[in-house]
Amino acid sequence: MFDGGKIIAGIIVFVGLMTFPFWYNVGQAAYKTPELQLPPKDVATQCVESAEWMRAEHMQLLDNWRDWVVRDGNRVYTSKQSGAHFEMSLQKSCMKCHTSKEQFCDKCHTAAAVAPYCWDCHIAPKEEK
Amino acid sequence: MKTNRRHFLKVAGVTAMGLAAGAGTAAASYLPHYDHVAPNHDHLTAGRWGMVIDTRKFHHKEDFLPLVEACHKYHNVPTIPGNQEIKWLWTDSFHHSFPNKHNEFLEEKMHHQDFLLLCNHCKNPPCVRVCPTQATYKRADGIVIMDMHRCIGCRFCMAGCPYGSRSFNFQDPRPFIAEQNTDYPTRTKGVVEKCNFCAERLAEGKLPACVEASEGKLIFGDLNNPESEIRHILAENYTIRRKPDLGTEPSVFYII
Repeated sequence: MFDGGKIIAGIIVFVGLMTFPFWYNVGQAAYKTPELQLPPKDVATQCVESAEWMRAEHMQLLDNWRDWVVRDGNRVYTSKQSGAHFEMSLQKSCMKCHTSKEQFCDKCHTAAAVAPYCWDCHIAPKEEK
Repeated sequence: MKTNRRHFLKVAGVTAMGLAAGAGTAAASYLPHYDHVAPNHDHLTAGRWGMVIDTRKFHHKEDFLPLVEACHKYHNVPTIPGNQEIKWLWTDSFHHSFPNKHNEFLEEKMHHQDFLLLCNHCKNPPCVRVCPTQATYKRADGIVIMDMHRCIGCRFCMAGCPYGSRSFNFQDPRPFIAEQNTDYPTRTKGVVEKCNFCAERLAEGKLPACVEASEGKLIFGDLNNPESEIRHILAENYTIRRKPDLGTEPSVFYII
């Protein structure tokens, strides 16, 4: 075998680098879904759709909403769950119940390291200190 | 093991079914339901929205202020000094507003009078034709509107618009907004913006902010409906439009 030592050493270094994320995280706490601050019960008891559905699909829902509103001029959404009508608006509907962007949006987005640019234009409600 | 055609087809069939089942469940996790969306029940509709500006009723520069203020306040339009100014509704002189060949012996007051300017919501808008992302598009009701989510800031529309109706955000406009209207978004750095004929107010059954603030000096209505107020006013008064020879067919008319 030619240069066997170099090849094996190279493979060891390569495998070490490739698996770096795995052994770097050994011993650290597992990912936990952050505790979200839900709106108080007197403001809202139910979201547009069920909470589990919203947790998984809100990005697609919001993406559709913006097209339906801006491009098609359809502004009223009928919930599949409750049949109630909602205005499709981040500022006029969503943030009227979820009044804290920091406690509701940011917590998950920070933990999941996603940075949606909604708030570059849409105005988040003032945070109560 | 010998692989014959019969055996291969069996395996391929089972594999395809498995893949289809996997893709099916993945696609079914989000089902948008278009049948569950509708416009507001009290929204205003028209075949083609248009505006008439009665310039006889504007005498001083101050007469325009409440209109401009109402518009800019409602839409979070920033006040940026210098050459980075953003404007939806503004004024300029007769010669700048109507720059084509004038009458030789023009009425004296025309040399000094200001005119209210805004996006003309053309029937044949050049900005829509040149927009590479279709961020600017013409709605079925004639409003030339922008989808800010799609604007890439290429500024072709600014080059295309013969009326200078569009402004570019060279910087974040937020520090220049005195009082934020939390019901309407601001814009971000690197997008173009313009008047949208208050499409969001029409959706709620309200007239545009400037029309509401004008106390009858502006008339807003459906140009396609011969019975509408705006058509009666156009039929009874002599009106001009900006740069009609370009063929963009503006929907904003000026009574002179």
